[in-house]
Amino acid sequence: MTRFASMRGWALTLIALAMLPFILPSDYYLGIATHALVIAVLALSLDILIGQGGMSSLGHAAYLGVSAYAVAWTTRNAGWPAYAAIPFALALGTLTACVFGVLALRARGLGFLMITLALGQVMWGAAYRWVDLTGGDNGIRMQARPVLLGFDLNNATNFYIIVCAVLLTTLIAIYKLDHSALGACLRGTRDQPRRMRMLGHDVWKIRFVGFVSAGFWGAVAGVLYAYDYLYVGPSALSLPQSAEALLMVVLGGAGTLAGPVAGAIVITVIKTVVSSYVDRWYTLLGLTFIIVVSVMPKGLVPGIRSWMKGNRA
Amino acid sequence: MQFWIIQTLNSLAMGGLLFLLSAGFSLIFGLMRIPNLAHGGLFMLGAYVGATLLGQSLPFWLAAIVAGALVGALGVILEGTLLRRMAGNEQGQVLITLGISFIIADLCLLSWGGDPVPLAAPRGLRPPVFLAGFAFPGYRLAVLGFALAAALGLWMLLERTRLGAMIRAGVDDREMARSVGIRVSRLFSAVFFLGAFLAGLGGVIGGPILSAYPGLDADMLPLALVVVILGGVGSLPGALVGSFLVGIIYNFGTALFPDFAYVILFLPMVVMLVVKPTGLFGRAMR
Amino acid sequence: MFQLSRRGILKTGLGASALTLTGIPARAADPLRIGFLTVKTGPLAAGGIQMEQGMLAWLKLNKNKIGGRDVELMVADTNGVPATTRTKTQELVERQGANLLIGPLAAFEALAVADYTEAHKMPTLGLAAFDEGTQKGAQKYFARPTSSAGQASHVLAAYCYTELKMRRMAVIADDFAYGHQQTSAFLRVFEDMGGKIVQKILPPLNAPDYGTYISQIKTNLDGIFMGFAGSNGFRFTKAFFEYGLGGKIQLVGGLTAMDEAILQQTGEDAVGIISGNFYTPSLENPENKAFVAQMNADYKADPGYYACGPAIVAAVLDAAITKLGGKVDDPDLLISTIRSNTVPNTIRGPVKFDAYGQAIGNIYVRKVTRAGGKNTNTVIKTYENVSQFWTYDPAEFLKNPTYSRDWPVAKNLEN
Repeated sequence: MTRFASMRGWALTLIALAMLPFILPSDYYLGIATHALVIAVLALSLDILIGQGGMSSLGHAAYLGVSAYAVAWTTRNAGWPAYAAIPFALALGTLTACVFGVLALRARGLGFLMITLALGQVMWGAAYRWVDLTGGDNGIRMQARPVLLGFDLNNATNFYIIVCAVLLTTLIAIYKLDHSALGACLRGTRDQPRRMRMLGHDVWKIRFVGFVSAGFWGAVAGVLYAYDYLYVGPSALSLPQSAEALLMVVLGGAGTLAGPVAGAIVITVIKTVVSSYVDRWYTLLGLTFIIVVSVMPKGLVPGIRSWMKGNRA
Repeated sequence: MQFWIIQTLNSLAMGGLLFLLSAGFSLIFGLMRIPNLAHGGLFMLGAYVGATLLGQSLPFWLAAIVAGALVGALGVILEGTLLRRMAGNEQGQVLITLGISFIIADLCLLSWGGDPVPLAAPRGLRPPVFLAGFAFPGYRLAVLGFALAAALGLWMLLERTRLGAMIRAGVDDREMARSVGIRVSRLFSAVFFLGAFLAGLGGVIGGPILSAYPGLDADMLPLALVVVILGGVGSLPGALVGSFLVGIIYNFGTALFPDFAYVILFLPMVVMLVVKPTGLFGRAMR
Repeated sequence: MFQLSRRGILKTGLGASALTLTGIPARAADPLRIGFLTVKTGPLAAGGIQMEQGMLAWLKLNKNKIGGRDVELMVADTNGVPATTRTKTQELVERQGANLLIGPLAAFEALAVADYTEAHKMPTLGLAAFDEGTQKGAQKYFARPTSSAGQASHVLAAYCYTELKMRRMAVIADDFAYGHQQTSAFLRVFEDMGGKIVQKILPPLNAPDYGTYISQIKTNLDGIFMGFAGSNGFRFTKAFFEYGLGGKIQLVGGLTAMDEAILQQTGEDAVGIISGNFYTPSLENPENKAFVAQMNADYKADPGYYACGPAIVAAVLDAAITKLGGKVDDPDLLISTIRSNTVPNTIRGPVKFDAYGQAIGNIYVRKVTRAGGKNTNTVIKTYENVSQFWTYDPAEFLKNPTYSRDWPVAKNLEN
């Protein structure tokens, strides 16, 4: 696909997203679109690890969870305003990623998968058990979204627009990362770690920076998550949440910008819309994974692209 | 003193159960490099099928073997139709096996309902055994014995039979094995059958302790992962030692540090992965 | 600036449901739209499926009418995940135009949607037993015809102390809010009366096995209180017998420790276990007999904690909506009518409400008996008109923290 066509595709998608509030019949559908785009930020952040660094993580919800808890706790229990709570949450989420990175980056492949899973489970256990701080399984509720720069985020459309803006920022940032020296190095460490080392690159440092930037964008998703649901509980950083993020990336297509977003939308729609009509939607979700991986091993977006190319030829 | 004796017995009994759970997982994980996230689901399916067979008044051990064989057959089908095409694609395998586990969980809920289904232990093993003045469940000791027997049997199979030699050859070097005339695809079917068979068998044998209930799969899978990480991937002695290690950590850990009960198994896993990523007995993972 | 009129154009297309939202009174012929939040997939599905069965059985018995109006039951599966519960609640309220909500199942789900339903003035009939809903920060558009987490524990503690003459007890419960609140309520009353809780064990909710915990239980106890949920009461009891403790120490269970859903599976081991609940299927009132017969016919199961809730809720709603002549458009009026009514004939017996929306009603102390290979939770004592505050003064009670893992402090633990 030419660069122009890809740009045109993005432009059309963005226009469609911006039009959604005027097309959708009610705030409910806008709410679902919001949920999908919030979780798309998480999927995109995870794709920095998978698509660029070739590292599949099963603990990525930890950053979303830590940052969402941080927003909820500081807002609810310390009365912080959003402009203090948000940077604090982002810092805490990123810090978590730093700690995880130091521990997890010693391993590769399946070992990496397992250690991120274990770290994620430790965070889940802490959220569940550290009742004084997290409210245990009852979680932390927030009363309302903030008013930012005169924008009342309690209005569904306003909040949707903010989420779109954040998503766009994330996309641009990841695009820049892809095309930066760091992105190239990250792909280098994925494909030819030995060669990178011989060329004098510090492979560990490159991976660490990639890992932490993924954590940062995961924390961004956490801030959105907290304000979206106005509730944070242990399920936000549970293994199913991490696995779901991984599924979104692989389903949509790792290493593409559109893939994780598409994966997030598909899974959110199955969970929220299809589940209202199909009792055994859980089976359907499982079937979706199997079929997509079997038919389009690279994911939906690359799969559809090559199919369209084939049709055109 | 009594505390140490009884918790040691608890640890060993739980270790036995965990070995039955994780031996098949380790086998598939180590030999085929497939992280089979449906293993918990296969274990649960074994327990449910076993319960149904016991309801048809099949003898316990026969029910365990039949349930194991049925689950093993399912494993072969899944391997042949879905997983073989994914060879080398780790993410694809994770996704597919996770999808399978979703489907198994949902269909079990549909078929057996949400209430727990008990599995009765063989009559002779039900009464508690009295040791030095306190009671210990007889069946748990039997599970420990059975697990040790299974470990021995597996070791014999892998080390002393032609099939075992072929499996080891196929794993060490696929191309080489092919060039000397081993049909690797058939070999992998055999490995997957064995792994899934062990999961189903373990589900039935664990049934009288755990019973079958929705969520059993999700409760068991992380345990299998911890065992394999601690013991080392693809190593039979590793799975055995890892199982007993997890049994000890769980039983003494929750008793001595109750505040850490929710993370008691994952902290050692993190430590092991940081200090020795290959586990106690594992070879280097790629 | 983003408040364009897209809503006005499209919502009229949605028909009657939209009209009720915009304030035009519904005609009596319109069905009553009930949003039913339950769990039908995932590990919590067992209770959720029974909830739905209870609702369907009650509706079948009552010709699908509540308060003289046909019912359109809109069942939503929350998967037991709070974020999904919130989305599904929005769907029921905003898209499907629910007149009122029943559910959800779990306490954390109820907490996750509490602010939303309050902000939307959506009358919600709660089923989850969490003390927050009707105590500190009680919700305005909320009523719970079943019980708070601690309501039956208070009674059971008094029964253990007064009738069973127990003085030294241990408590064991799932390590999550529902388990904490049940045990803390038990502990408070038992120790206020003069008893001692000498051991407190909190296994994680997903404990693979109870062997290690059972080995820690002291042997010089008068009884053990179990605050378990789901299948954990069954698994604990079974292990308790395997370790040869069965029959040596009296087991006493909270709301769900010996629930009907696990009662038969527990077999002979269950016999003699005492538990406290606001309902039991062996109650003799005609409404209950009909309900149990319907459940037996349709689902081959006795209703337990999860199945009985919706039937009690439905009876409470039926009385209130009948009184209102079928009108449910005014949420304030609906909830105040529900709360001010006394309903004499629910399946759990008479129900009235306190000022916080929690039902005051009978609590039954039950003992498992076995006849013809079938276990029954047989009532051995009925405490009438039990408040969630027990005999404490509500104002004084609410000055204390909500029951939790750490409050009240267990002062008599021996280790």
